[in-house]
Amino acid sequence: MKDKKPKSVFKEGAITSDFIGNSIYKHQTKTSIGAHNIFLGQVRADVIDNKTVTAIEYTAYEDMANQKFHDIRESAFDKFDLTCMHIYHSLGTVKAGEICLFVFVSSPRRKVVFEALEYIVEVIKGDVPVFGKEIFEDETHQWKVNS
Amino acid sequence: MHIKVKYFGQIAEVTKKEEESLEFSGQLISELLETLHSKYQILKITDFKVAQNQELVSFETKLTGQDIALLPPFAGG
Repeated sequence: MKDKKPKSVFKEGAITSDFIGNSIYKHQTKTSIGAHNIFLGQVRADVIDNKTVTAIEYTAYEDMANQKFHDIRESAFDKFDLTCMHIYHSLGTVKAGEICLFVFVSSPRRKVVFEALEYIVEVIKGDVPVFGKEIFEDETHQWKVNS
Repeated sequence: MHIKVKYFGQIAEVTKKEEESLEFSGQLISELLETLHSKYQILKITDFKVAQNQELVSFETKLTGQDIALLPPFAGG
């Protein structure tokens, strides 16, 4: 049965390595899977005008973003022979070096997961209304723009 | 028409609010933007897209008055 309202992709704060490891572990019972592929987005300590980014504070138009994530999911299952797929994105503060995006795709065969993962990550970057405030060490900030 | 406008990211920083309600008699998104430009002049030089009912729309789209959002450049991931 399908939920009417798409389930939320957002998690408050960084995505921990425990959470990621546990997600992998949970797939051991799904033995039709022959290949997983994982993308982890990590907050980079960019240096801009001699100031270092220490964290990104994420906000989103959550209803629209969750709908977009839902659409991305549907189109990925249409395009690729996937067994399962999971997306998690942080909201709130994520420090440099921490993980803010976790995309996990699984399929019987490896070629599919390489293609699917790139497709999904690119669409997330381009189409989902998430906003990032890059916080510098002196507590000033600038707004991140995906390139 | 009674319109609720939502602001995000650097747009919310400029308007100093996350949403507001307006009485508006125009027909198009572009007309609503003119009103907002006169209220928040810095919006004229700010890059943003408009969503109506959670879908991105062109500025020439007819206004239905539901869920208007001004969205600055996306930065997910």
